[in-house]
Amino acid sequence: MTEILVLVDHVDGAVRKPTYELLTLARRLGEPSAVFLGSGSEQAKDSLAGYGAEKVYVADDPAFGDFLVAPKAEALAQLVESASPAAVLIPSSTEGKEIAGRLAIKIESGLITDAVDIVAGADGAPETTQSVFAGNHTVTASVTKGTPIITVKPNAVTPEQATGAASVETFDVSISDAAKTTRVVERKERKATGRPELTEASIVVSGGRGTGGNFEPIEAFADSLGAAVGASRAVVDSGWYPHSYQVGQTGKTVSPQLYVAAGISGAIQHRAGMQTSKTIVAVNKDGEAPIFELVDFGVVGDLHKVLPQATDEVIKRKG
Amino acid sequence: MKIVVCVKHVPDAAADRTFDDADHTVDRTGVDGLLSELDEYAVEQALTIAEASDDAEVTVLSVGPEQATDAIRKALQMGVDKGVHVSDEAIHGSDAIATSLVLAKAIEKLDYDIVLCGMASTDSEMGVVPAMLAERLGIAQVTLGSELAVEGSTVRIRRDGDVSTETVEASTPAVVSVTDQTPEARYPSFKGIMAAKKKPVESWALADLDVAPDQVGLAAAWSSVSATQKRPPRTKGQIVTDEGEGGVQLVEFLAAQKFV
Repeated sequence: MTEILVLVDHVDGAVRKPTYELLTLARRLGEPSAVFLGSGSEQAKDSLAGYGAEKVYVADDPAFGDFLVAPKAEALAQLVESASPAAVLIPSSTEGKEIAGRLAIKIESGLITDAVDIVAGADGAPETTQSVFAGNHTVTASVTKGTPIITVKPNAVTPEQATGAASVETFDVSISDAAKTTRVVERKERKATGRPELTEASIVVSGGRGTGGNFEPIEAFADSLGAAVGASRAVVDSGWYPHSYQVGQTGKTVSPQLYVAAGISGAIQHRAGMQTSKTIVAVNKDGEAPIFELVDFGVVGDLHKVLPQATDEVIKRKG
Repeated sequence: MKIVVCVKHVPDAAADRTFDDADHTVDRTGVDGLLSELDEYAVEQALTIAEASDDAEVTVLSVGPEQATDAIRKALQMGVDKGVHVSDEAIHGSDAIATSLVLAKAIEKLDYDIVLCGMASTDSEMGVVPAMLAERLGIAQVTLGSELAVEGSTVRIRRDGDVSTETVEASTPAVVSVTDQTPEARYPSFKGIMAAKKKPVESWALADLDVAPDQVGLAAAWSSVSATQKRPPRTKGQIVTDEGEGGVQLVEFLAAQKFV
């Protein structure tokens, strides 16, 4: 059976949702093997089994946490060398894409980033779909050299549970000194907000310049719907909301079931991050705002009036 | 302190960008191009570091067709000292892997302590070239900095990851990339525009870099595009004007779509 490696995205053993999406996609191509780098694999094993991982390769080395990107790329290259998989799937995270880039050079293989879908092509090899140019075009591509390395955007697919053996195989890595040049001297975990993660949420409520810096109506409406909160670049640049919530070309790309844009004009920068959302609604004072070209439903009005009323209405309906 | 800033000339994101019908490469002639906005942040950081150093020299490096000289000129106008333009017909259609090869070979020909890049190009948006350069050059990778500080031979950044914010540091030589969270780029002054006309720009071809034509270009790419398709425009939905019931109307729509 064809083996597909999936790099596990985790925080101290707590597996993040994109990993399950990758395991789901990997099953279309062959038999998924999870690759777990770092500590906490005992905790992760059962959840990886629950999404069909037949094997879990485990390697732990202090260098994974102490140094940036390069040690993980080396470990993955060594595993590819010994396991000879048919493809390597990596989450399109900040770190994931850089690991993938270095791996491609090391193992002399083609790389496709930010796939939003993967299917088995005519010869069984992975065929990817990417959404490019601010979501205005789709591209179909495949790797033509070496072991295909594909990074996959969050929410590309709905994770499907399946039973896998998840038999653990510990593998030894030797991390070179050359990979230990960029030291992580401090790491601050971001505070949990209690809301769903932006890239994983099925509903996102985002605020823009029209909030005037007051995100209370955005957060309250998001909470009534169980949604994640997002922000436009203008908001982040003004220091009104943290950068990690930015939706757009240089922030996060989201593709939820429902996207609510409040006080956001809809510049190309922002559209790039949200226009593949299934349903889009907007509230904006300016009826000419380009965001209205994208919406399924729009309200021309003041978000500070419309959203609180909508929040009350949602709470009333939910009883 | 020698700094090499890598920049890309890209089609304007505000225009209707498209692909060549024949070979699926990015159409670079039908749409006006410019210095990638995200690379301007790298130029700005290079100039800031140079201003704080006594003997700094900043070189802008771009790989691309003839129009790429526009991007180089813009960087020179902003204050960069000199330019290198790598251009060769064989490069057309190169993937990130081949592009990083050409850049790395060109960087090796230059003196450098720091190689500065933007976080990604605004056309292909892969964001992998800085990591690839560090891999190829065998030097430290200090990437995706939202703040950058250089003290002596130490480079330090703040890196906003997906779950945590990290402080990361390395000694030069290093490949550094910066995000759009770093300060906005300066505008070229009139003096800068005039001075740029006299600044040297070297033109290099593949032969100058020991890169064989069959190592680059579309035919040598390690991935292949079989189709590109324009997404059909979204059909514009219902727009209402709030006359006191906008919030309720919004929720009525959401309820009809089963979101409430």
